[in-house]
Amino acid sequence: MNTLPPSEPIPDETPVRPPSAAARLLVHPPLNEGKTFYLSEFLAERSIQAIAFLSIAIILAIFFYVFQEATWAFRDHMQQASSEQPVEDNQTRNSEEGMEEYRPATYGMEEEEYRPATYGMEEEEYRPATYGMEEEEYRPATYGVEEEEYRPATYGVEGSTVEERQRENSISLETSGNNDSVTARQLLLANDTIHGIPEYIWQPVSQVPKYSLVPLFVGALKVTLIGLVIAAPIAILAAIYISMFAPRWMREIMKPAIEILAGFPSVVIGFFALMTLATVVQSITGAQYRLNAFVGGLGMALAVIPIIFTVTEDALSTVPKSMKEASIALGASRWQTAYRVLLPAATPGVFAALILGFGRAFGETMIALMATGNAALVSADIFESVRTMAATIGAEMAEVEFHSVHYGVLFLIGAILFVITFSLNAVAEFFVRKRLLKRFQGT
Amino acid sequence: MAMKERIRFTFAAASLLLLGVSLFLLLAVFLPWYAALGVITAVVAAAPFGWRRFSLDTRRKLSENMFILVSGATALIIVVFVAYFLVHIFLLGQSQLSWSFLFSPPTEGLTEGGIFPAIVGTALLVIIMSLAGVPVGTITAIYLTEYASNTSVIARFIRFAVNTLAGVPAIVFGLFGLGFFIGTLGRQMDTFAFDQRMDDFQSLAVAAGSPFTGDSRARVEEIRAMFLGDDATGWRAEVEQLRILQELRGEEEVTVAEVTSFFTAQQRPHWGQPSILWAALTMALLTLPVVIVSVEEAIKSVPRDLREASMALGATKWKTIRSVVIPGSMTGILTGAILAVSRGAGEVAPILFTGAAYYLPDLPTALTSQFMELGYHIYVLTTQSTDVEATKPLLYATTFVLLMLTFTLNFTAIFLRSRVRARMLR
Repeated sequence: MNTLPPSEPIPDETPVRPPSAAARLLVHPPLNEGKTFYLSEFLAERSIQAIAFLSIAIILAIFFYVFQEATWAFRDHMQQASSEQPVEDNQTRNSEEGMEEYRPATYGMEEEEYRPATYGMEEEEYRPATYGMEEEEYRPATYGVEEEEYRPATYGVEGSTVEERQRENSISLETSGNNDSVTARQLLLANDTIHGIPEYIWQPVSQVPKYSLVPLFVGALKVTLIGLVIAAPIAILAAIYISMFAPRWMREIMKPAIEILAGFPSVVIGFFALMTLATVVQSITGAQYRLNAFVGGLGMALAVIPIIFTVTEDALSTVPKSMKEASIALGASRWQTAYRVLLPAATPGVFAALILGFGRAFGETMIALMATGNAALVSADIFESVRTMAATIGAEMAEVEFHSVHYGVLFLIGAILFVITFSLNAVAEFFVRKRLLKRFQGT
Repeated sequence: MAMKERIRFTFAAASLLLLGVSLFLLLAVFLPWYAALGVITAVVAAAPFGWRRFSLDTRRKLSENMFILVSGATALIIVVFVAYFLVHIFLLGQSQLSWSFLFSPPTEGLTEGGIFPAIVGTALLVIIMSLAGVPVGTITAIYLTEYASNTSVIARFIRFAVNTLAGVPAIVFGLFGLGFFIGTLGRQMDTFAFDQRMDDFQSLAVAAGSPFTGDSRARVEEIRAMFLGDDATGWRAEVEQLRILQELRGEEEVTVAEVTSFFTAQQRPHWGQPSILWAALTMALLTLPVVIVSVEEAIKSVPRDLREASMALGATKWKTIRSVVIPGSMTGILTGAILAVSRGAGEVAPILFTGAAYYLPDLPTALTSQFMELGYHIYVLTTQSTDVEATKPLLYATTFVLLMLTFTLNFTAIFLRSRVRARMLR
């Protein structure tokens, strides 16, 4: 058999040949099989591989890191904190090293060093600014105003329970400092009682911090479900209309409208919910709180409609045309076709849309932070303020002490959010899409 | 099919519920809520009795028209809402929109002035983010489409990870940015830099002309002189700190160990604090899936013939990628970058605690400075305004600017993407 002379590759670099044995070992066989070895090519391909693996490593790192930091909630902080907070412990007190912690900052200093800054100053120099002023001049602005007028807007609103909680907190203060690690029991079960009724309380910044995740989870679920109940029918109906009945011009308008809606940053939706929707909802329903779960849910609906619409429309358009035509040929009306043929055929896609929408709304931070009122209450009333999991992280993370229990609990919430959205996406991806393909391809 | 029946029932129930709710809201504007509820209950109860009176044909036509009407109305609601939203925001912000608004810093406790620092901050954020994220995303996409075999476990796993990463809430990225970039990486960098500094100090202290020679104690002035003699600008922070040490110590002499521990106590975080660098890296992670998916799509749209022609001419795989695939998918890479920028410009949750500042009229000067950002500025103005009525026009104008920014980016991306798709179909 006559073989062609081996074609020379276009030489753009000086070929290095033969490659060293070490280089041959390093080269992945399929990349180099029966080919000339170019060092530059080898390096380029290896660096592509390295960067690709790096980005994947980062993705995995996010996973592990959030979980790892969540463990700070469960670590015993007493030893960690001992350098900052004195602990009643006889052993450390007697030892010389332990003593240093309890000594005042001025220990061993000369008197001059810890004298107040005003030492030896003339009295005039350290007098307060108001010295010698007439009383009227430095009175607060509210002086003489009736108490009702300068009370905060929330005064008296559900105040009794809040005050009672605070009182009970101060009574039960004998439990040690606020850096105790939490247990799963405290996170998930009732952690307080009011008038003998078990309560779930999220109160991370107080003498005795209470970290119950229940109100946050309930709040997030409430807002998400309200959002979905509003968004799903609108988005699905609109998708059916667009894929089945709409005239061409309507389709041309609808596409950019949905794109625009999808392009709204969530902070803009949150702002709109807070400024406009809240007022409208309050004037219609007369809700006690301006910002509540329903307003948050409306905001979520706005964020979720484009997702549900797009995925549903995608699923509807993948239904084979033959099914639609067969139905119409059998004398079914268009709406019967849509309702009895298209929709059942595209059900997995619609489910996927709902799942994706749920995941998006559940993890949405800015809308929840701005429009739900952020009060961690457990109730069935949809016009009550709620605090969602994501909003809690957003509101509290900035002020939290690094590696404290509160920090750990916030990371734990992040980990829970991660797991929930991750598994929802996995379900939407694997289960639903596969079933959709199976149904249409008959494999 | 019991399943189908159930689905149909659920769907019918859902659409009826929607109809009911919208009717209720409509009526509730005029009537008290219980009256509206009563009207709806009456309609729902009476409907089945009237319905059977029509002939089958009429019922069919009626239901078809009703369905088209309802679904068309919902589609129209979306369109009308979007139009209303844009007009609403424009009209309310109109009074503030001007060049001076765009190019001046906020004043008077955020109730007056412009948004210049926020615009610059957003621009810098997305620039650093793109520099970090787009190349990595592009290269990962090239690896996925060109090198990893489609059936290999690794490639499938990566694709799965990328897809799910796209669905992870933005706030989780913020957590990662705070915990990893600031808490771990930044602190490590600080510690490393500080240790190096102290090593320098130690070697200065044992050098020939050091004031510590002899009884190994030195006066603060002598240490200062030593620093200034070595490298005046490099030891600026330490020279500043020595002033405090002198006020504490007076004439007393100190040892090397005392000076080191004093510096440790005075140490301020440099990298280990929120900054524009960490915020941008967090954002780059968030937008990585966007870039990867978009570039993958573009690479797949490069015609097979071109690749084969290149191969047939004797070009190696890498050469083909470099001179055929990448130039051919440039639009897709651009689309990915623009989409990422648009997402990054609108997302606030990841930068809430990784670098955005409440109020900072100075522009960021270094990678470690904090910055103002448009979305965060909206959040701050909305929730923490001292004077709601005074901030309102500013707020609407800022929102309008942000919306225009994201829309311009989005529609450029959509335009480019439609070109890529058109080529794919050819």
